[in-house]
Amino acid sequence: MDPAQTFESTRPLWAVLVSLLAIPLIVASDRRPNLRETWTLLAAFIKFALVASMLPWVLQGREAVCSIWQISPGIQLALRVDTMGYIFALVASSLWVLTSLYSIGYVRGTNEHKQTRYFASFAMCLSATIGIAFAANLLTFVIFFEILTLATYPLVMHKETPVAMAAGHKYLSYTLPAGLCLVLATAWCVSTVGNVDFIPGGFLTSGVASAATLRWMFLLFILGVGVKAGIMPLHSWLPAAMAAPTPVSALLHAVAVVKAGVFGVLRVTGFVFGPDLLREIGLWTVLAWAAGITFTVASLLAMRQDNLKRRLAYSTVGHLSYIVLGAALFTMTSWTGSLLHLMFHATMKITLFFCAGAIYVRTHKENISDMHGIGRQMPFTMAAFAVGSLGLAGVPGINGFISKWHLAQGSLQADQGVFLGLLLLSGLLNAAYFFPIVYVAFFRTNKEYPAYGEASPLMVVPLSVTAIMSLVLGVAPNLGAHAWDLARAAAAAVMGGSP
Amino acid sequence: MTVPAGSETLAHHGEHMASAFDATAQSQLPMLVLIPLLVGLALVPALGLLRRRLAYPTTLISLLAFLYYSLRTLFAVMAHGELEYSLAAWKPPIGIELSVDMLSAFMVSVIAVIAVLVAIYASVAVRREDPEKEVPYFATMLVMLLGLTGMVLTGDLFNLYVFFEVSALGGYALMAIGHKKAPVAAFRYLIMGTLGASLYLMGVGYLYVVTGSLNMDDVAAIIMHQSSNPAVQVSLILMVIGLGLKMALFPMHLWLPDAYTYASSTSTAIIAPIMTKVSAYVLIRMLFFVYDTETFLRGTPVGAVIMWLAMGGVIVGSIMAIAQKDAKRMLAYSSVAQVAYIGVGIGLGTPLALVGAMLHILNHAIMKSCLFLVTGSVALQTGATQIKDYAGLGRKMPWTFLGFTLAALGMVGIPPTNGFFSKWYLVLGGIREGEWVLVVLILASSLLTAVYFFRVIERIYAKVPEQATNDASLPKTAEAPLRMALPVLILGAGVLVLGLFNAWLVSAVIARALPAGMHVPGL
Repeated sequence: MDPAQTFESTRPLWAVLVSLLAIPLIVASDRRPNLRETWTLLAAFIKFALVASMLPWVLQGREAVCSIWQISPGIQLALRVDTMGYIFALVASSLWVLTSLYSIGYVRGTNEHKQTRYFASFAMCLSATIGIAFAANLLTFVIFFEILTLATYPLVMHKETPVAMAAGHKYLSYTLPAGLCLVLATAWCVSTVGNVDFIPGGFLTSGVASAATLRWMFLLFILGVGVKAGIMPLHSWLPAAMAAPTPVSALLHAVAVVKAGVFGVLRVTGFVFGPDLLREIGLWTVLAWAAGITFTVASLLAMRQDNLKRRLAYSTVGHLSYIVLGAALFTMTSWTGSLLHLMFHATMKITLFFCAGAIYVRTHKENISDMHGIGRQMPFTMAAFAVGSLGLAGVPGINGFISKWHLAQGSLQADQGVFLGLLLLSGLLNAAYFFPIVYVAFFRTNKEYPAYGEASPLMVVPLSVTAIMSLVLGVAPNLGAHAWDLARAAAAAVMGGSP
Repeated sequence: MTVPAGSETLAHHGEHMASAFDATAQSQLPMLVLIPLLVGLALVPALGLLRRRLAYPTTLISLLAFLYYSLRTLFAVMAHGELEYSLAAWKPPIGIELSVDMLSAFMVSVIAVIAVLVAIYASVAVRREDPEKEVPYFATMLVMLLGLTGMVLTGDLFNLYVFFEVSALGGYALMAIGHKKAPVAAFRYLIMGTLGASLYLMGVGYLYVVTGSLNMDDVAAIIMHQSSNPAVQVSLILMVIGLGLKMALFPMHLWLPDAYTYASSTSTAIIAPIMTKVSAYVLIRMLFFVYDTETFLRGTPVGAVIMWLAMGGVIVGSIMAIAQKDAKRMLAYSSVAQVAYIGVGIGLGTPLALVGAMLHILNHAIMKSCLFLVTGSVALQTGATQIKDYAGLGRKMPWTFLGFTLAALGMVGIPPTNGFFSKWYLVLGGIREGEWVLVVLILASSLLTAVYFFRVIERIYAKVPEQATNDASLPKTAEAPLRMALPVLILGAGVLVLGLFNAWLVSAVIARALPAGMHVPGL
């Protein structure tokens, strides 16, 4: 592909800042919940509008850049809207709008304490996420990545119960050391090559350091971003973090935070090292196997969970590794599959979490074994749940099928049939842990139930929207946001082919 | 002293700035920095005897004048290069010379900023802690500041010793104000401090015997070619040990925790951020400007010893901080660890490491004064001194703890706070030298810092069982008065601002404060 046209624009900066600027307003409106939620919604809409308005640029192959100022000698704090970053920003900002609506319904439904802190932290997380998406170089990326780590912490321990506090500690004790690995790897890069701007195809070359050095560097990078991406054995903070309120699990632990980790893997493999160098130093197989083992084992572990959110968490661990696998295989198709799955997994998994939250708000039930017959009482919710689970299992007609199809093809193109086998096996396992939930919800009954009925529209509408999105994208992946074109273009940039 | 790095930039600036500064006024600047402190020192006790309430305004006015001239000096040095002032017009090397290069201008500005903010805070806090101590507090504070500023400005080795003792006298007295155990702790510090200063003086004696001079530039030029002279080597070792004692470099840090814990918070907030830092400054001055760096720091194990002892200090100080129950004691051990980062940078001695060390002098001053001021506010507003009693205070003192949280995150080194960037430069320096163990330890130590600060942050903001008692005994809000909360917030904001604009600070000031011949890659 031709080198992208670049031009100066402050719009990406505003997209980052808008939720940050909302924080003082949110905090100042502590005692007036309606006003406070207005700020959140306003920020979410403006952020989404800003991101959406950049779509034509991205489709035309023009990249907006914004250098803020120097943050370390020779390194700018800079943003750049490339296709891959745009994909992530689009996913996060669009789903934040829905999550904000849902959050309002949820925290009022469960009467959560310290709602101001909750909404303020949420806004902070979204600023950091968009910053990660648009970061133009490694140091900028690290700064936003660490801000995200920190901003998520109050949300993980939000309930302040001993379990939630323990989850918070676990979260920090995984993510802080990971952040240090990332800082070390970044510092090492800066020392080695000086300029750490992300370049499609990688800015490191075999000439800059010995193969051993580059392998260590890669390992540090993967440790750094792999914790958030939930690559086993670095994953166990994620099931624990399910102690957080469900909207947090939905947007952060299915979309923003964990995808930031996966996005980090994509940036490191595609824009720091690049396919050629990684093939040369031979570490892509390690990453691919780590991913393959992760999604297989995670699926097995998911089956053993009776707590719905924990089952979803293990499922997330597995699906994140699909994306990592696609990145490690380094074919045009596998990268397309990874980027599609980054988007499509988000719509499906957020639907499932939204459903889990809606059930919890209405019934205070968290365990699957207590949910017999719930589908008859909450038909919309459980129908959406069925869509999400079928999609994640890879049933055609729902968007999950499309991304998996690309990943499967990618493994064949890379002559790695074994991963195709693992993908198929994992699809079956997905079915095995999701279908029973749908089955008991609709086909079993529980006579002790009072009549629950659906949760508030603030919750049911977002979850229906994400379920419909999953269906629509499943038949027309290029509708609206041109998801398929975007994924092809981003993959082509990294692989050096034409989309 | 040496010609400042980047003199061509200075010349360039000079054309634009020359008209802004009257040439004669400018040559007086080093003295003008000291005069407000001297005048304040004379006036505060006199006016304070008359009316106790006059002590604070007098102090504040003199400190503001001090700040004004410090910043003017900094800008003058940025524009024109080094400034020199011969006391009583006796020309060096015979006479005493005040000599201000970028490093000393930077250092004196750090002192001035902290001093003004702490004085504003103290105007309320000291009065409430013990109104009787108001006049002595401000007077001794000025004595200490005079000493510290003199140490930074002087270009004379013996004169530096004199100011050393002046600052120490003020420091002992300040430390003795506070808890009933404070005088004992201060006495211990007096013994240690005197020992340190004496060792320094002995080092000066050796140098005088060899060179017959006390002027730093003069001595530097003479000993340049005397690296094999045992007297010079012994003088170096004596100075390093003496200054190490003063800056509480592990394992000579034992005097510090008691002294910081038992002194009143207002005293600690002025002593902790700048006293040990000025000793670190003197160490930098000696190792990089007086002694020949190549032969003495690199050619002998001195650099390596400082670096590894300091690294040990980081680890030991952090672990001890984790073990503390008392908030101020925790911060005191944290100071041992954080000052040791400066030692690591000095010991490593490369341009990037020195940038990290100098940046951390400023950064740690900002963060630690903020944190000590918060402990003072909490003690005054709620009576709490133990970490466990901080439970739930985040809601009662929201602004104060906003400052605390920012400073704590800076200490941990979360980007983009200033604390991240001091470590960033240290790590870059370490990687460049291939000191991998050191690099890993620097990073890993921030996890230890995270342990003791997140423990406090969690207690402040989250619901814990003990909170019930606090809720009952305290009103809904216990926010400190404006004059106590504002300095905390300014310092807290400084944590972010200095982090975000660190590259500007490094290129405009710190990189130009490096000894001649040292260049930061990328600039």
